[in-house]
Amino acid sequence: MSVDAATVRKIATLARIAIKDEEVPPLVGELNQILDWVEQLGEVDTDGVMPMTSVADITAPLRTDAITDGQKEAAVLHNAPDAREGHFTVPKVVE
Amino acid sequence: MSQLTDLDIAGARDALAKGECSSEELTSAYLEAIDAAKALNAFITVLPGKAIEMAKESDARRKAGEVGALEGIPLAIKDLFCTEGVLTTAASHILDGFTPPYESTVTANLWGQGAVLLGKTNLDEFAMGSSNETSYYGPVRNPWTIDGATDGLVPGGSSGGSAAAVAANLCAGATGTDTGGSIRQPAALTGTVGMKPTYGRCSRWGTIAFASSLDQAGPMTRTVRDAAIMLGAMAGHDPKDSTSIDTPVPDYEASLEGGVKGLTVGVPEEYRVDGMPKEIEDLWHQGIEWLKTQGAEVKTVSLKRTKYALPTYYIVAPAEASSNLARYDGVRYGLRVPGDDITGMYENTRAEGFGAEVKRRILIGTYVLSAGYYDAYYLQAQKVRTLIAQDFADAFTDVDLILTPTAPEPAFGIGSKTDDPLSMYLNDVFTVPASLAGLPGISVPAGMSANGLPLGLQLIGKAFDEETVLRGGYALEQAAGFSGKPSPWWRS
Repeated sequence: MSVDAATVRKIATLARIAIKDEEVPPLVGELNQILDWVEQLGEVDTDGVMPMTSVADITAPLRTDAITDGQKEAAVLHNAPDAREGHFTVPKVVE
Repeated sequence: MSQLTDLDIAGARDALAKGECSSEELTSAYLEAIDAAKALNAFITVLPGKAIEMAKESDARRKAGEVGALEGIPLAIKDLFCTEGVLTTAASHILDGFTPPYESTVTANLWGQGAVLLGKTNLDEFAMGSSNETSYYGPVRNPWTIDGATDGLVPGGSSGGSAAAVAANLCAGATGTDTGGSIRQPAALTGTVGMKPTYGRCSRWGTIAFASSLDQAGPMTRTVRDAAIMLGAMAGHDPKDSTSIDTPVPDYEASLEGGVKGLTVGVPEEYRVDGMPKEIEDLWHQGIEWLKTQGAEVKTVSLKRTKYALPTYYIVAPAEASSNLARYDGVRYGLRVPGDDITGMYENTRAEGFGAEVKRRILIGTYVLSAGYYDAYYLQAQKVRTLIAQDFADAFTDVDLILTPTAPEPAFGIGSKTDDPLSMYLNDVFTVPASLAGLPGISVPAGMSANGLPLGLQLIGKAFDEETVLRGGYALEQAAGFSGKPSPWWRS
């Protein structure tokens, strides 16, 4: 499998990264170099092998469903590039 | 005593205990050394005011009889750990001006044991790199140089600033994080000790995430003893990280003197990779001889899927990164670049905020997780990861430790690999397998290359058996007797 210019543009859209026209050809080359190389994993017989979802042999711990934190509006908004009246702002999304 | 900055953690601990110096004096000496080492670019942020204030508080605690395990010891912190009220960048433009309103668990543990924060060290952007060249704040220079040459060498990565700071005596010790080798490889390239503990040993809470199933914090120090002291302070259960293990932290320093007599050390034949430089292979053989001489039994083990570890890593890690880095959207923190609409704002912010390597990995990760490719790439990689972990589990039924080189070559020139992502990735060939299996590993400086650069050997241990790894590392360190230090060309 290899990617073409259209696929690179599609992935960039999915990843929400703007790419300029001149960036596309080098990215096609670099991504294909990496994908060609990882392709070798197809050789490995993985029939009946469970995919690893956690490397640590730990059972997910349970805790009481209780509020332990909160009331930190100022701290939450402190780093926002634009916060007004206790809210994050974004460009207008509703006409 | 020559210079206060010559003291390692254990030495400084003794000097402070005997009253030969105060933490304030020690901290001042390090701040002067940092100030004179700007040419290394090891730090993104230096905190003279905060450091002196913390040192004075430590001196006051000591007078009051409160002495933590790292009381008064000045440390450098990789700028991937959130530090409350202190700029935290992950070496990325996208986190411009980010000052966390909370402290990471690992750093909180260090301050709880009395340590002093000197500053935040440079790294590859979001810890993605093996040379510290992807930093928005510029590359770090390795304090070591090739004999007679002045060309800049990389310190390795991603914890390159921490490694350079330890090698150049700009701190008593430093924190690093290791996802595929980011503590061990820079340690090898700078003649320092770097330890990645078992996944789950240190809390990941408050450490900026790269690949959550792999990321693990660890100490970077001048000696194995210092690594044991620091790890003891960093580790521990944290309810805020559900993957952090709830078992007591052993007294690591007490495990050092055990020696390797009676231990069995495995040598994996598959690590003898094509094109391995002879000096690396020779050092590996020397390591085997050192351990044998000290009474260890050495046997060959097989880790059959070793060659698949790097390609597995370069699917799993970018996939997790593409998900973790989705949070940088120009809304809640850091950089915002305007756009025509909200999607345009996201796309422009991320285009300008992320560097080339980070974008490359996000794109790869997005692709391998996308509809139609998930099974062929991501699911297959997760299955191969299971087999790689199984290979280690099988080997560890026979042996207590596994000995390998840490990196396939000594420090290389700044800019020499930046045009070829794959050749850069290959630098982690010996460190990535243990990361995929979640196992603890240590790199110990063990020798010098023909052109006068440090080389490291790696010991890998069983899960949560950091004690045996440290014990083996200490034995290697004693046998190697590595005492080299770079000449301080950077001092201004």
